[in-house]
Amino acid sequence: MVKVTVDGIVVDVPSGSSALQACEAAGKEIPRFCFHERLSVAGNCRMCLVQVVRAPKPVASCGFPVAEGMEILTDTEIVRKARRAVMEFLLINHPLDCPICDQGGECDLQDQAFGYGADHSRYQEAKRAVKDKYLGPLVKTVMTRCIQCTRCIRFATEIAGVPELGAVSRGENMEVTNYVEKALTSELSGNLIDICPVGALTSKPYAFTARPWELKRTDSIDVSDAVGTNISLHVRGTAVLRAVPRVNDAVNEEWLADKGRFSVDGLKHRRLDRPWVRVHGKLQAVSWQDAFVAIGRRLDGVPGDRIGAIAGDLCDAESMLALKDLMTALGSPNIDCRQDGADYDLSHRAYYTFGTTIAGIEDADALLIVGSIPRQEAPVLNARIRKRFLAAGRGGFPIGLVGAPTADPTYKTELLGEGPEVLAALRDGTHPFAEVLKAAKKPMIIVGHGALTRPDARAILASAWSLAAETGAIGAGWNGFNVLHRTASRVAGLDLGLVPGKGGRSAAGMMSGGVDVLWLLGADEFHTAQIGPQTFVIYQGHHGDAAAARADVILPGASYAEKSGTYVNTEGRVQRSFRAVMPPGDAREDWRILRAFSEVVGHTLPYDTVEVLRERLATVNPVFRVIGGLDAVDVSALPGPTGAGAVSSAPFRPVFDDYYQTDPICRASPTMGECSRIYVHPRTVAAE
Amino acid sequence: MSAHSPIDQIEQPDSFAFDAESEEQIAAILAKYPPERKASGTLPLLYVVQKQMGRQTGSAWVPRVAMDEIARRLEVAPIRVYEVATFYLMFNTKPIGRYHLQVCTTTSCWLRGSDDVVAACKTATGISGFGQSSADGLFTLTEVECLGACANAPILQVDDDFYEDLDGPRTIELIEALRRGERPTPGPMIDRVNSAPEGGRKTLADSPADQG
Repeated sequence: MVKVTVDGIVVDVPSGSSALQACEAAGKEIPRFCFHERLSVAGNCRMCLVQVVRAPKPVASCGFPVAEGMEILTDTEIVRKARRAVMEFLLINHPLDCPICDQGGECDLQDQAFGYGADHSRYQEAKRAVKDKYLGPLVKTVMTRCIQCTRCIRFATEIAGVPELGAVSRGENMEVTNYVEKALTSELSGNLIDICPVGALTSKPYAFTARPWELKRTDSIDVSDAVGTNISLHVRGTAVLRAVPRVNDAVNEEWLADKGRFSVDGLKHRRLDRPWVRVHGKLQAVSWQDAFVAIGRRLDGVPGDRIGAIAGDLCDAESMLALKDLMTALGSPNIDCRQDGADYDLSHRAYYTFGTTIAGIEDADALLIVGSIPRQEAPVLNARIRKRFLAAGRGGFPIGLVGAPTADPTYKTELLGEGPEVLAALRDGTHPFAEVLKAAKKPMIIVGHGALTRPDARAILASAWSLAAETGAIGAGWNGFNVLHRTASRVAGLDLGLVPGKGGRSAAGMMSGGVDVLWLLGADEFHTAQIGPQTFVIYQGHHGDAAAARADVILPGASYAEKSGTYVNTEGRVQRSFRAVMPPGDAREDWRILRAFSEVVGHTLPYDTVEVLRERLATVNPVFRVIGGLDAVDVSALPGPTGAGAVSSAPFRPVFDDYYQTDPICRASPTMGECSRIYVHPRTVAAE
Repeated sequence: MSAHSPIDQIEQPDSFAFDAESEEQIAAILAKYPPERKASGTLPLLYVVQKQMGRQTGSAWVPRVAMDEIARRLEVAPIRVYEVATFYLMFNTKPIGRYHLQVCTTTSCWLRGSDDVVAACKTATGISGFGQSSADGLFTLTEVECLGACANAPILQVDDDFYEDLDGPRTIELIEALRRGERPTPGPMIDRVNSAPEGGRKTLADSPADQG
């Protein structure tokens, strides 16, 4: 630790800190544009100038290391004058177009000009104009506004791992560009919008939509993947206009994947806003009462084991528990939250969660990825792997990949093979990567759903655990065994036991004629043709996607933005979102629909308020008592998941081929549709 | 006005491959750096490209495909090569004429009459302004900052050769010679050796070394 005095306040900061960090530790606000705590230091905006006693001139605090006994002055006439001069230079070529700039109201330059800007310009010469660049369908550019802080270049290179942005030319002619007219190929490109301190990079879909002071902000959780990214939904009136990340160092730092950020326009399209009942093959709009009666009538006389329910990928824990309680009340053991056919060992939570934790990735020193493409399945988590990869330096974090070779994972990997036979080879030591895992002090293994959605999932899971145990990935103080989920509802569903009970049928079994009445709670990720023609289908959900078209009764539910819900991310972290807007039309919160229906069939669920329901959540599984936190679990004594049987030699396949079209919300989103056309199916665009 | 035209406004070749001569140079260049630091070869390889283009097409410039090829060779992102190539004005990111006339107009040369040299270049080639090429495609005129030959000002750099101590008529003479396909000997265009005084030595005329 180093003792530094900032404006007379003595602070202790770690040696190697910058003067800026010392100033922040002393509670002093230092204006900055180019400095960002999660990026490398560039030191090119000069806005953070401070005075260091006995230094001949002001220093840029972001890149100036502290030394013992250093005295820093942040509020002297010299500092103010220097910052005013920097601001004047920055504004020379910055257009005064704030009234038509989307950054207005949340612009660092605007805010800091308030403190350091002059009331008029002394600049009489022509301002420079810069041609706008094309960065794809998500990021809009107005490059004349760019102050060349290079944050976007550093973000793309360091965090996103797609070094496609750069600064070409020099001096006054310098331009931030990708040089070639090509869309940025990152699943994290939306973060460029947040990171840009001015209005040079703004959101394309959100362009000219609203001003920040018009928006109501509600804390929520991103449901587009299983990371559980903390987001804030910005609402005006009844519309969710945008989603931006909240800072949570344990989960998403301050990043948000593009799907979570830009699929919010899907909340306005293809919504189910009233109940429907199929009469003579045609769906007719009905009242809630009529819809309930229609279901009640159909259920009459159907034995419990001929009723089934499948929970989808975006469900909150409350509605899944209500669904399970309803099925139990109806005497049905047929319930499943695994519409993709995945299989897990539920005897211990460590067997189906991301045990290392996302932040824990930064402590690992070797990684084996089995049947997963983290860049697509969990882009924010992938950024954490890349962060670790960069921090470890050359060769410090070897990464082995078992599965289909994919496009750039954003870090260096060694492709060990494509199928489960590699796990066996790693265990018996015949594969050279086994030595790497053994030599590592904190190795970690990520098992993805490319491996868990196969008939031999249990055997692969057991094999992966054994490998982890044998290579020291499982021990006191370190859990290197990870299951990477890809859907927001899955871990909560498993925690609540939404799997077939004794004699119950799995999702596939229910669809292929195993039940007469099938209740789909937002379950859309399968071909509806799989459902037997005689099956009576109730679809409860928020979007008119594939399954709703097959349904006999449609019950309009609420999307994640329209209800307060509990979600459990892939780590097993329980997080809660809040209601940002009301559900459209007659749509209702899902647990309330189930509760109301239970009364119609005479099995009233014992909760009238969400608080009581949450109490029941905690009773069913105590993990729901802790919100946001994550208790360390000692896994060293666990026997490992059970799983015998033959392992097929078939290679692991990616779990989806189109990142932008994985759930009903993003399939309804025009922005995600455009991304899919540009990024995933570029050939069809060219053919048009 | 950008120093480098947007990439999409320049007609780019479809492909680029290093020839045998370049490959030899590249091998020598890359041998200087540790393999994991071969990104250091960016600058010299850009020169190799520019020279090869000069040899092959008569226009020494760096097309984008060649930058991509360098990026591939050095295992860096293409944008890192674009950044370097556009930062240094010695690399031409658009096609130029057979002879690259680079006139220094910085203080020393300007005081010694670089305006006459510029005017002569324009007269002799028909070029109307800096950054342009002559109609016959032989010449491109560029204004450059100090070339470090102030003692011999004013100076005109033709490709890699310094032609020093110029004035208007001598510049026209030089350009006409280039047009005929000749390459006059680089150096002072008047009666002097390197930067020694005009007309021969002014001091130490009777030094023993000289007599011996």
